[in-house]
Amino acid sequence: MNMPLFQLVCFYLFAAVTVAGAVAVISVRNTIHAALFLVLTFFSSACLWMLLQAEFLALALIVVYVGAVMVMFLFVVMMLDIDQERVREGFVRYLPVGLVVALVMLAEMLGMIGVRAMHQQALGPDPAQVAGGSNIRWLGEVLFTQYLLPFEVAALILTVGVVAAVALTLRVRAGTKHESPARQVQADPAQRVRLVKMAAELPQPEPVAPAAEESAS
Amino acid sequence: MITLSHYIVLGAILFCISLAGLFINRKNVLVLLMSIELMLLAVNTNFVAFSRFHGDASGQVFVFFILTVAAAESAIGLAILVLLFRNRSTINVGEIDSMKG
Repeated sequence: MNMPLFQLVCFYLFAAVTVAGAVAVISVRNTIHAALFLVLTFFSSACLWMLLQAEFLALALIVVYVGAVMVMFLFVVMMLDIDQERVREGFVRYLPVGLVVALVMLAEMLGMIGVRAMHQQALGPDPAQVAGGSNIRWLGEVLFTQYLLPFEVAALILTVGVVAAVALTLRVRAGTKHESPARQVQADPAQRVRLVKMAAELPQPEPVAPAAEESAS
Repeated sequence: MITLSHYIVLGAILFCISLAGLFINRKNVLVLLMSIELMLLAVNTNFVAFSRFHGDASGQVFVFFILTVAAAESAIGLAILVLLFRNRSTINVGEIDSMKG
C-alpha cells in the first residue's frame, strides 16, 4: 500500500469521527454525554494534527483539553443539578433556523475554498525536517525568539485566570470558624504563659471527718 | 494525497456544526461553552494546516496561544457558571434576565 493513499484513508477516517463527534456534542440529550463526545472530537482532531506532523500541538491538545479542560467541564456538569427537560425546551423551535444558517454559511465557505485553486497544493516535505530538526525544535526556536513577549503574556493570562476563578467561586459562609495564620505567628510566649514563684506544696493532714459531719447537720 | 483543501473544508464543517449548536442549544449554557470550544478547534485546525502547508511556524505558535487563552477562558467561564447556578439555581439562558439587558 502506498503511503499517500494510506494517509488519505486515515484522514477520512479521523475526519468522519471528528464530524460525527461534533454533531453528537450539539444534539445529544444528556450534557455528560455531550462532554464525553467532545473528548472524542478533540482526540480525533489531535490525530488529524498528527497527520500534519504537528506533534507538539497534537499532544498539547490531548493534555490540555482532554486532560484538563474537559475534566473541568465534567466536574461542573456533575456538580450542578440540571433539569434536563427544562434545558432542552426550544430545541425543536430553533432547529430550522440553526440548520439554515449553518448550511448557508457552509455553502459560502466551500464556495470560497473552491475558487481558490492554490489550496490544491499537496502535502510537501515537513518544513521542520527541512530545517533539520523535530517539530518541537522548529516551534520552540520561533516561540522563544520572535514570540517571547507574547509567551510571557500568555503565562500572565493563565495566572490571572487561576486567580479570577478562585476569587469568583470562593465563598465565605457566616458562622464558620477559621484559623488566622498571621495571628498564630504573632503569638508571644511572654503573654500566654505566666510563671509563678511559690513554695512547694506539702501533703496536708486529713481534716477531721466527725467535725465536718457535725457542722453539716 | 492530502491537500490543503481537505483540512480547510473540515475546519469549515466543524465551524458550521458548532454554529448550529449555538442556535439550537439556546437554553443550556454548558453546551454553549462546548460549542465555543468546538469553534476554536475548527480555527486551530485551519491554523495548523496553513502553517504546515506554507512551512511557516507562526501558525502553530498562534495555535499554542489560542489553546492557552481558551483554557483560561473556559476556567473563568465555568467559575461564572458555578456562581450563577449557586445564586439563581438555573443555567437556563432564558431565565438569566435580572439585568434587564
